[in-house]
Amino acid sequence: MTKPAALGRSVAMDIPVSNPATQLLGNAPRGFCGTIRGLDVQAGGSSLSAIELESQLIEMGFVEGARVEILHEGAIRRDPIAVRVDNITIALRRREAMAVVVF
Amino acid sequence: MTAAALDPRSIHLALVGAPNSGKTSLFNALTGSRQKVANYPGVTVERKAGAFVTPTGRQISLVDLPGTYSLRGRSPDEEITRDVVLGKFPGEALPDLVLCVADSTNLRLTFRLVLELKRTGRPLMVVLNMFDIAQRRGVTVDLEALSGALGVPVVTSIAVRKGGTAELIRLTEEFAARAQEPTTGNTWAPLSIAELKALQREADKIIRDTVTMPSKPDSLTTRVDAVVLHPVAGLLILALILFVMFQAVFSWAQPMMEFLAGSFAALGTLVHDTLPDGLLQSFLQNGVISGVGSVLVFLPQIVIIFLFILLLEDFGYMARAAFLMDRIMGGAGLHGRAFIPLLSSFACAIPGIMATRVIDNRRDRLTTILIAPLMTCSARIPVYTLIISAFIPSKEVWGWINLQGLVMFGLYAAGIGSALAASFVIKFFMWRDYQPAPFMLELPDYKLPRVRSITIGVYTRAKMFLHRAGTTILSMMVLIWFLASFPQPPAGAEGPAINYSLAAMIGHFLEPALAPLGFNWQIAVALIPGMAAREVAVAALGTVYAIEGGKEAADQIGQVLADKWSLATALSLLAWFIFAPQCASTLAVIRRETGSAKWMIVTFVYMFALAYVASLITYNVARAFGA
Repeated sequence: MTKPAALGRSVAMDIPVSNPATQLLGNAPRGFCGTIRGLDVQAGGSSLSAIELESQLIEMGFVEGARVEILHEGAIRRDPIAVRVDNITIALRRREAMAVVVF
Repeated sequence: MTAAALDPRSIHLALVGAPNSGKTSLFNALTGSRQKVANYPGVTVERKAGAFVTPTGRQISLVDLPGTYSLRGRSPDEEITRDVVLGKFPGEALPDLVLCVADSTNLRLTFRLVLELKRTGRPLMVVLNMFDIAQRRGVTVDLEALSGALGVPVVTSIAVRKGGTAELIRLTEEFAARAQEPTTGNTWAPLSIAELKALQREADKIIRDTVTMPSKPDSLTTRVDAVVLHPVAGLLILALILFVMFQAVFSWAQPMMEFLAGSFAALGTLVHDTLPDGLLQSFLQNGVISGVGSVLVFLPQIVIIFLFILLLEDFGYMARAAFLMDRIMGGAGLHGRAFIPLLSSFACAIPGIMATRVIDNRRDRLTTILIAPLMTCSARIPVYTLIISAFIPSKEVWGWINLQGLVMFGLYAAGIGSALAASFVIKFFMWRDYQPAPFMLELPDYKLPRVRSITIGVYTRAKMFLHRAGTTILSMMVLIWFLASFPQPPAGAEGPAINYSLAAMIGHFLEPALAPLGFNWQIAVALIPGMAAREVAVAALGTVYAIEGGKEAADQIGQVLADKWSLATALSLLAWFIFAPQCASTLAVIRRETGSAKWMIVTFVYMFALAYVASLITYNVARAFGA
C-alpha cells in the first residue's frame, strides 16, 4: 500500500492511461461532467482492499457508463466531493474517487 | 418467538431496504406507536419490531431491519439484515415475507438488492415507496412489466399519507391467504465483483424497460445544496443550526420547565401540609417528589433536543453535515460518519455510542466511542441549567444573545473541543500510522419531515427518559434520601439533622480529595449517585439541601446554591461536568460495544482524570480572579 505522503494529485502520473482523454474522478475539478469508463482499484490510496473498494463503489452506483458530475467539494483541500452518479448524489473522498476512471 | 409461530392466521414480515428508502416511515405508518425498540441479543444493534391488524383481522408482525445496499454484511448491522433474511439469526423468526423497500425516485441501487434478495429464496415483495414524490418528478413505472421482469410482486406506497399503504396491506393479505408456496432453496452466496456488475446491469436493463426517469435531478435539492454544501456558507449554516438548537434548548423550554417545577413544588407542599411531620412526610416530599421532580423538569429540554435531531435526520441534513465535517473531523483523526453518532451523543451518549456502528472501520469506531461521552448529553443539562441559573445573570449581551444561553453554548463548545483534542491524542499515540478509512455516503434528496414520524420518534425517546426517571433515578433518590436521613440525630442535637447522617459521613470522608476543586461535602455526596445517572446529581443536591434546610430550600434550590457556594465552586463544578465520569449505563454500553472491559476502564479513568484536572484549574483560576 502506498504511503499517505505519496497520495494526492500526483498519483495520476503513475497510472498507465491508455486513452489520453480519460482522467481520474479524484483529480477532476468541481463542475466536471463525464462518463465512467471503469474502475481501477489498484490505483488509489484507499485503506480498503481492492475488492472491498470495488464492491462499495459498484454498490453506490459507480459502474461503467454511469454519468457523473462533481457538484460540490469540501472547504479543506477541496475534499471530500459530492458526485452526482446518474440520479443520486454520493459524497466520497478524492482518495477513493481516484479509483474511478472517467472521460 | 413471535406470535406468527403460534397463530396460523398471522404472518411475519421483514422490511429490507437501502438507507434513506423511507423504510422507517413505512414502518411507522404500518405500526403507528405500537412498536417496540430493543436490542438484538448479544449485539448492540437496535431491533425495531411492531405489529398491526389488517382490515380482515389478520395479525401481522413485522421487523424493521437495518438499512443496507447489499447482503455482503460489511458492518454489524448489515450482518444482522443478512442473517435474519437467511434465517440464520438465532432467536429471530424467519420472515414469511420480505418487503424490499425502494425509494421510487432512486431505483437503481435497490433493484440490484432485490435481485440479490431473490437468491435467498424467501418470498419477496417490492414496495415502491415515496411514490407521490416520484410521480411529481415525472417518474412513470409500468408496474406489471416491472413485476414480470423482477419476478416478484411490486406495489406502490406513500408511507406518509393516510391510506397510502392500503394496497400494500391488501397484497400482503392476499399473500397470507394463499397456501404457503413452496419456497425455492437459498442459492445466495457472497457476490464476486463480476456477479455484482452483472446484477447491476440486469437491474439497469429492467429500469430501462419499465421505468421512465426524468434525467434532471430534484431542483429543490440542487438549489438548497448550492448553499448548504458551499464550503464557507455551508459551515456557517451548520454552526448557526447548532447555535439555534442550543439556544432553543435553553430558552424555549423555559416556560414549560417552570410550569413543571411549580407543579412539583405545589405537590410537595400539598404532601407537606397533609401528612403529619415525620419520616413518611420527609420521604415523600424530599425523597420522591423533590428528587424525581427535579429530573422530570428536564423533559421539555430533552424533547427539544431530540426534536431537532430527528428533524435534521428526516430532512436529510445529517448526511450533509457529515460531508461538511469530514475533513475538519479528519484533522482530529475522526471519520466524517462519526459526526452523526457524535451529534446523537448530545441527546445521550448511549444511542450515540450505539450509532457508531455505521462506521465500518474498527479503529475509527473505537475512537468515536471513546470520545462520544465528552459530547454534552442531555443528562448534563439539569446540572448546567441549575448552576447557570443560580450564578449567571440572565441578561442580554450584544443586544440579542442571552448570557445564560451563551454560557451554555460555551459549555457545549468546551465538550466538543475536548472531544476533538482527545481524538487527536488517541490517533497520535495509538494509531499513528494507519490510513483513514474511506468515507462514502449517499446524500439523499431533501424531504419535508412528517409530523407523524417525528411525533412517534420524540414520543419513543420521551418514554425512555420517563421510564429511566421512574426506575434508576427513583431508586437512586430513595437511596440518597435514606443516606441523608439516617441515622437520625440524637435527641437534643444541635444543627441540621443531615449533619448526623450517613451521607454527611461519606461526604466528609471524600471532602479532602475534592476540597482542592472547591467542592464541599454536599457536592461530594451528590457526585456519587451522579454516576448512576448524571442528572441525579441535581436531584441529590436538592434532597441534601432540602433535608438540611427544610421546605424553603427545596423550593429554591438555585437560590440556596447561590448563597452557599462561591462562584469559583460553581464554575469548578461546571468544569467537572464537562468531563464528568460516565454514568453507569454509558460505561455498560461501552463495554458491550467494544466487547471488553478494558475500554470501559480506559474511558472511566481518562474522563475522571480530565474532570479532576479541569476542575482544579478552573477553581484556582477563578479564585485568582477573586470569584
